[in-house]
Amino acid sequence: MARVVVDVMLKPEILDPQGQAVQRALPRLGFDGIADVRQGKRFELEVEGPVDEAALARIHEMAETFLANTVIEDFTVKVES
Amino acid sequence: MTARIGVVTFPGTLDDQDALRAARLAGAEPVSLWHRDKDLKQVDAVVLAGGFSYGDYLRAGAISRFSPVMETIIEQAKAGMPVLGICNGFQILTEAHLLPGAMLRNNHLHFICRDQKLRVENADTAWTVDYGQGQEIQVPLKNMDGRYVADERVLDELEAEGRVAFRYLDMNPNGSLRDIAGITNAAGNVVGLMPHPEHAVEPLIGTGRTDGLGFFTSILKKLVNA
Repeated sequence: MARVVVDVMLKPEILDPQGQAVQRALPRLGFDGIADVRQGKRFELEVEGPVDEAALARIHEMAETFLANTVIEDFTVKVES
Repeated sequence: MTARIGVVTFPGTLDDQDALRAARLAGAEPVSLWHRDKDLKQVDAVVLAGGFSYGDYLRAGAISRFSPVMETIIEQAKAGMPVLGICNGFQILTEAHLLPGAMLRNNHLHFICRDQKLRVENADTAWTVDYGQGQEIQVPLKNMDGRYVADERVLDELEAEGRVAFRYLDMNPNGSLRDIAGITNAAGNVVGLMPHPEHAVEPLIGTGRTDGLGFFTSILKKLVNA
């Protein structure tokens, strides 16, 4: 079975307080030099059958209507063999 | 005939009983609706109550939005049926694109629970006609994902068309853009807000204020005059 990964990230202009909280904790833990952190979501889809153009189109549709809220989030779809 | 107000229960809904009670206290016939049923049991209006439907997994309201009952509600709302979304219900309405924008995690990342002052900015919607324009009310607020966001163009449009229905007063509890606590669609039949009017309908409960009852008497007035 092929794996398709959908990454969902808040749009750059949307405030990400979770990412900020992580970023603020880094120096406290001794990890310096990180100017910004943004937190996203990763979906790993195990796809039955071939990941052809039609299957990818359906996954794209799934990401757009359900996995991501495109009012606030961007997403990318990539195939991992 | 008494108006029938339906209240939907999703897995994880918490405030359905309070909403049903508020509808009854206002003089309506409360009707329980189940998320798996497409049938709305001939209700005249629908309340999507607060809670954590589907545990807020994926995004608050994102999974509920695709439930069978929502298929019918979306269709009926577009045809003019009054729908009120409170808290999680508001999140469901934005996910369903019945209202613009989106709800995000509070900017301070804490769950918040307080008595919140609001200004009624639009007393002309199906759910607010019993309030005065500019009236200040106080109702409980409790949420984790209450930060309303939309792009500048949408925000300007909402302001210009008087569709910001409620604004937070004294303090902004969650970082909502332009202090927005609730909005309405262009037709005024669909309203969403984060605070909880259904928890402020009886003098013996909470802060003793009944400021929230106006939502439910408004809809009765609207339905009777329709």
